[in-house]
Amino acid sequence: MSSDGLTRATLIKDLRLEWRSKDAINSMLFFALLVVVIFSFAFDPTAEESRQIAGGLVWVAFLFAAVVALNQTWARELRNQVLDAYRVSPAPPNSLFLAKALGNFIFVTVLEALMTPLFIVFYNLRALGPAWQLPIVAVLGTWALVVNGTFFAAMSLRTRSREIMLPLLLFPISIPALLAMVEATTSILTGEYSAKFWIVLLVAYDLLFTMASLLLFSFVLHAE
Amino acid sequence: MTDPSNPQASAIIAVADLVKQFGRFYALRGVSAEFTVGRLYAILGDNGAGKTTLLRSLAGLSPLTRGTILILGKKDLRSVCSEIGYMAHPSLLYDEMSGMENLRYFARLYGIVDDQRCADVIRAVKLDPELTRPVGQYSQGMRQRMSLARALLNDPKILLLDEPFSNVDMRSAREMVGLLVGMRGSGKTIFVVTHQASLLNGVADEFVWMEAGQIVNRTPDFHPPDFHPLETR
Repeated sequence: MSSDGLTRATLIKDLRLEWRSKDAINSMLFFALLVVVIFSFAFDPTAEESRQIAGGLVWVAFLFAAVVALNQTWARELRNQVLDAYRVSPAPPNSLFLAKALGNFIFVTVLEALMTPLFIVFYNLRALGPAWQLPIVAVLGTWALVVNGTFFAAMSLRTRSREIMLPLLLFPISIPALLAMVEATTSILTGEYSAKFWIVLLVAYDLLFTMASLLLFSFVLHAE
Repeated sequence: MTDPSNPQASAIIAVADLVKQFGRFYALRGVSAEFTVGRLYAILGDNGAGKTTLLRSLAGLSPLTRGTILILGKKDLRSVCSEIGYMAHPSLLYDEMSGMENLRYFARLYGIVDDQRCADVIRAVKLDPELTRPVGQYSQGMRQRMSLARALLNDPKILLLDEPFSNVDMRSAREMVGLLVGMRGSGKTIFVVTHQASLLNGVADEFVWMEAGQIVNRTPDFHPPDFHPLETR
């Protein structure tokens, strides 16, 4: 079977497992919803202030919620040590990595699609800049979060306190991407400056970390 | 003994000076042995003797601290992994999926896209491929059988089975032994790590005794439980 076919089979398997268990999506949704509600109580911004801070709030909420999903994707491979079945097979490690990253991308995108209307309502948001750039920032930003997150979640898989280890590894390395996402979103919402630089930075970040993860994942998978 | 550096070695598996260290604990302390094709080996020993570590090393799951493993004449275990079937103590199955769904996925890992093969191995372990119940709702015995079916998917030349009879009722365990005998007859080399060695008495070709990370004895018969291999040396 081709590498693409294997990636597809693993992705379908992961979506099926998530559909049946709802492990990741329920906890992500609940968590993100809490963040939206708590932030809306904590701040009472005007429409203009909302545009200034919403980029940060939205992406921090999505980052924290994504961590929940990232921990779950690998945790299900540890139950019954299923990951060993993959490790003893001749299947290429990158197929597993790509399937996991794509799965996480889908989960976080679903979360974003569900939470964005809530953000718009709670914070009275309306973009003054080119709103068509928002989906681009969302796609690039989400991939930046999940590609690193999937890699570091796999790395912290065998550590005793992996749920703490993942944010400790992921957050510092995500700072450039997070900065780019927040700045790009804020620039689109306020219309004060161009988001082009930040979008290019996100593209570069995504390419760099996708390549690095694909190159290194084999060592992570086969490490004891 | 076969020279592990010689790729023309006749033994299907030859190991030399295997050392596996976990921190300050030595799980394997210089294991050297060779195993020939078409035989059923029972690997016995107390808890912590190194049986599972040896099996995981052969499966390529546990990188060695030192030593050489030669399987089918090759040192690179990744190149022969499609010739190895591995059944671990845990089931290595997804609890949320049915047996057929599990096997269909694992078959893809070996490039097998034919569902018939999955159905055949499920039937071979005396389970029903039409069973839609998730594996998480199987009895322990059924789970063990499905786990064995997963290990058989790629029709391996070498089968590494870790505690296949644990928590299995006597009738099912005997059926599994019968299945292993049939597979040995078809030329497969089988390694069974077990604490229920009596099940393999008169069946296994050799009993390999391990103690404190070493192979201390290899006998053609199973000796009573009070037998202490080191005392006979």
